[in-house]
Amino acid sequence: MFISSQDSPAAFKDFTLVMPAVAVGNVGQLAVDLIVSTLNMSRVGYFHTDCLIPMAGNNPYASGKEDAEELHTPAEGVQIQRSLVIMRSKKFRQQLKSWIKASGFSRTVVLSSSHAYQRDDQQLQGTSLRYLMTPSLLAASADALKELGWREMERIPAFPGVDADAEPRLCIPGGGITKGLYTDGCAEDLPLAVLLLFCSEGDNIPDAFALVNHLNDWLHLEEPSSKWKIPTSWSLLFGSGIPPALF
Amino acid sequence: MATFFGEVLSVYSRAVEEDEEELEENEEDEQIRRELEEKRTVHLHWNPEVSELLRAGNKVQCSSFILAVGHNAASFLSAYILASANWDTVGRAVAWNERSRSGTGPSGEGSACVFYRHKDEPAVLICHVTCHIAEDQLFQWTEKVFGYLQTRGLTVTVLSDSSVADYKTADYMCSSSTPFLRSLRSSAFSDQPVCPSLEQPNIITGLPAAVLNHCQVHSIAAVVYQCYSDVTGPDSITMDKYKPVLTKLGRSIQVDSSRSTDGLCNFVCISEIQSNLYI
Repeated sequence: MFISSQDSPAAFKDFTLVMPAVAVGNVGQLAVDLIVSTLNMSRVGYFHTDCLIPMAGNNPYASGKEDAEELHTPAEGVQIQRSLVIMRSKKFRQQLKSWIKASGFSRTVVLSSSHAYQRDDQQLQGTSLRYLMTPSLLAASADALKELGWREMERIPAFPGVDADAEPRLCIPGGGITKGLYTDGCAEDLPLAVLLLFCSEGDNIPDAFALVNHLNDWLHLEEPSSKWKIPTSWSLLFGSGIPPALF
Repeated sequence: MATFFGEVLSVYSRAVEEDEEELEENEEDEQIRRELEEKRTVHLHWNPEVSELLRAGNKVQCSSFILAVGHNAASFLSAYILASANWDTVGRAVAWNERSRSGTGPSGEGSACVFYRHKDEPAVLICHVTCHIAEDQLFQWTEKVFGYLQTRGLTVTVLSDSSVADYKTADYMCSSSTPFLRSLRSSAFSDQPVCPSLEQPNIITGLPAAVLNHCQVHSIAAVVYQCYSDVTGPDSITMDKYKPVLTKLGRSIQVDSSRSTDGLCNFVCISEIQSNLYI
């Protein structure tokens, strides 16, 4: 599934993998856009798989004319731009999981989101940011989490108010493969964290900034005072210029 | 969703449902799903000569692969290149999906995806695709086709029709500026395309994207020429827009550049009944 774009195979042992889940508002993907654009990261390979819907375009992170005409594909080390083919999400998760294990990442961070309108009463209060961590990463990050004061994603009953005896369970509505990745991570003892926020579809740029700043508080990718650089691919997010004949 | 031009386009919501509960499938569901997957498998049928070659463990020699996706692109190639009658039909691809027309059988009769090979230059292959290849079939189609081709020294050229409603620009485009051509190329493509590069944030999708992805990942020289038009059906003016590409294609094959725009009208099909709403 992963094909290196360099002459020699890419080596990721002990690296941190930050990847988006395709989820409501595409917030994870927008957040990763900000990271790649600001840190001027280079492509190291492609996820070439039948699980992703094909697309292609010129360099979405171009900084000038020189690098504007570099072709980019649906998923490259680690931005995933496209939706999954329906009915193949399980296969994609399995491919991702195998790749993560084989690459030897020290930790994997999945950036995601969940439908704000499906929050229960307790989730409506306070911050809209949540985290999840697999047991193996929790052990290593307990102190950092305490200092950050983050809020863990709540387990809630499947039908709140209907079945009082039902076992609370993890629900991430609108989160795409997020829950699957997390449960796989727990089952396979992978050091994996999920950072997500509750949001609705619309202009999700502020949500992307909120999520990336939240991540930065933990991973310190950038100085807190620095600005995140918006990529060129974010232009015209809501369509082309308005036809004058409309008025 | 209706565009400014009155076309009705399907749009996809960005909202993504949670991987539901991985719904327990019973045996009957699983069998239905398996049968459906089998029905949607892409099949390639080659003529006896090519089949023999492939059976012997060889690949099809190919230095230039030209793919036309859409009625205008396909008609353009038919008018300027295939009309010379120096071409053999060597194969067809069958990809059944919910938008396949009745009359397209499993063995390819009535297939709208045909491969042609030049009689004098057998390393030049053309493929017409005028049917819909579904999202879940695109990767499979590409891997299967390229799996049969010898790719060393291969150059791929894709001509693709697209609606101008899919083109994003800060300044509104009036109808006089359409149709127009834009290009996208793989890193291995060193030649100069005949038109400007596709500007961000525009992207290409569908079969042209799948082919370009494959070429990019496998370091094959490839270029996609996407023609944006405000006419949804076959149109001679749109077909004519691909003409600059002939200067590049003419290096490997004989082209009939003398054909006029009026001559292209012969290749324009009568519009189908269901799209006569704005006549």
